[in-house]
Amino acid sequence: MGELRLMKGNEVIAEAAIRCGCDGYFGYPITPQSEVMETLMDREPWNETGMVVLQAESEIASIHMVHGAAGSGKKVMTSSSSPGISLMAEGISYLAGAELPCLIVNVQRGGPGLGTIQPSQADYWQSTKGGGHGDYRLIVLAPSSVQEMNDFVELGFKLAFKYRNPAMILTDGVIGQMMEKVVLADYIPRLTDEEINEKYGSWVTNGRKHNRQRNIITSLEMDSVRMENNNLRLQEKYARMEEEDVLFEEIQCEDAEYLLVAFGSSSRICQKAVDQAREKGIKVGLLRPISLFPFPKKPIAVLAKQVKGMLVVEMNAGQMIEDVQLAAGCSIPVKHFGRMGGIIPSPGEVVEALEQKLIGG
Amino acid sequence: MELKDIINPNNLVYEKPKLLTENTMHYCPGCSHGVIHRLLAEVIEDMGIQDKTIGVSPVGCAVFAYNYIEIDWQEAAHGRAPAVATGIVRTNPDKVVFTYQGDGDLASIGTAEIMHACNRGENMVVIFVNNGIYGMTGGQMAPTTLLGQITATTPNGRDAGRNGYPLRITELIAQLPGTSYVTRQSVHTPATIRKCKKAITKAFQAAIDKKGTSFVEIVSTCNMNWKMTPVKANEWMVENMFPFYVPGDLKDSSKNDPESYTPLKN
Repeated sequence: MGELRLMKGNEVIAEAAIRCGCDGYFGYPITPQSEVMETLMDREPWNETGMVVLQAESEIASIHMVHGAAGSGKKVMTSSSSPGISLMAEGISYLAGAELPCLIVNVQRGGPGLGTIQPSQADYWQSTKGGGHGDYRLIVLAPSSVQEMNDFVELGFKLAFKYRNPAMILTDGVIGQMMEKVVLADYIPRLTDEEINEKYGSWVTNGRKHNRQRNIITSLEMDSVRMENNNLRLQEKYARMEEEDVLFEEIQCEDAEYLLVAFGSSSRICQKAVDQAREKGIKVGLLRPISLFPFPKKPIAVLAKQVKGMLVVEMNAGQMIEDVQLAAGCSIPVKHFGRMGGIIPSPGEVVEALEQKLIGG
Repeated sequence: MELKDIINPNNLVYEKPKLLTENTMHYCPGCSHGVIHRLLAEVIEDMGIQDKTIGVSPVGCAVFAYNYIEIDWQEAAHGRAPAVATGIVRTNPDKVVFTYQGDGDLASIGTAEIMHACNRGENMVVIFVNNGIYGMTGGQMAPTTLLGQITATTPNGRDAGRNGYPLRITELIAQLPGTSYVTRQSVHTPATIRKCKKAITKAFQAAIDKKGTSFVEIVSTCNMNWKMTPVKANEWMVENMFPFYVPGDLKDSSKNDPESYTPLKN
């Protein structure tokens, strides 16, 4: 049993990174996630585990530092918030193209533009459908508690290395800033250079050894046929993610006549909304996608045959709803309820929206 | 004496470095990159560091540098090579890391990355090939294009009012306390090639000795986009570029205080 603590979501990201044997963090300050790097600098993990922590000159530099270190087989990460992730979009595309594993944490704030430092979920499209250029996907995990902020650091790295693909924790200012109890993970030692060579010797660039050919990390391929094959290999990988690593949670769905679909902090609000609706006699369930890519299409398709309608609750103008609609098909109404600008909807508002948009309508 | 007596390994005085691959170079005839690649391969081989050296190639003509030198490489996004190199060297401090960048890559789109990597004094080598023009994209104005110089985007010559001034970024780099050795070289004659090789060797030694960032600018030609013969391009470089990009050491912390910096007179 790990250590029980009361911690902020952002602080837990830092603590979990140190404990999971992370080799390096490269970042740039931005509200509301600055505590991640502040906690790391305060903890001085270079003295404890040898983990490198570097404040870069920009988010652009941060993500390309991640590229360099990830390309040498190291377990490395960065964190930022929405405008900073936009700056990282270039590097994220390169990481996906070069098939490098890494962890990126986005503690979302409201946009567009400089927007607000208040929480938001408006980077769903950016995270799950691109953000950078080219056909690529990120593994996107959406924690709904401080405990999951802890758990998804190691899970994110595990999936990133399984697929040699960047993974993202898509959270927001609510979970980043709130304090909850958390059971911290036990320490996992960092890999030694020998272990890295043994595990990843076929692709890492850490100095060619006598017993291996040199390695080149690049996303560039001028030959169209070979480039198409590279694209097809990526697509096969993404298809495998959809087969093997879909994560979701169903809450009170067994007898549900209506379904709420929500991720991250919205799903916490929806849990309360489910209770309030059931007190009113409305049989509501909640489906919480945990992996936003790969998206839980199948459970939504199954529930679409059971419920009379779905309400997608997001802190944005309606983004995940498109994926829910695709998965649900056209047989039932799928409606959206969202707040923007950093406003967090109350459970009562969600129940009211459910009544107005689905039950009354 | 017969020909077979002359062509004999014992008589060999000059050969292709083992680290240069058999790949046919994509560079235009007369381009300086081939010579610089060869020098890098020679230095890495001479120093015996091929098993711990990682190169970071840029976007630009040298994007395929990884095709020619038999070491591990990462290909960086445009201008970001110093950040990629920082990531490698920070997490692998016992390795030797260098970037190979052109003037558009280093002095325009990647200005922030190069300044800050040098200012942090990352233990790495920067090879900066300055030919005053964008080669790969077809000869557009670079930050280093001279006033009056004709390019695809300055068809009537670079005009300070419209296009700003040529940037002597190496002079800026030399002022940063994180740099230990900052020099400007060229490879247009056998003598300058030998001198440049010494400078590259010194730069790698400084990185191995963890003295901070070493920065080697190599003033080069782009005869294709300058629309000159290779010989004429070399002459043009000497006449026009050297007065503005003056060859020589700008900073050598093995001789001076690392904070010291003397601007070169033109």
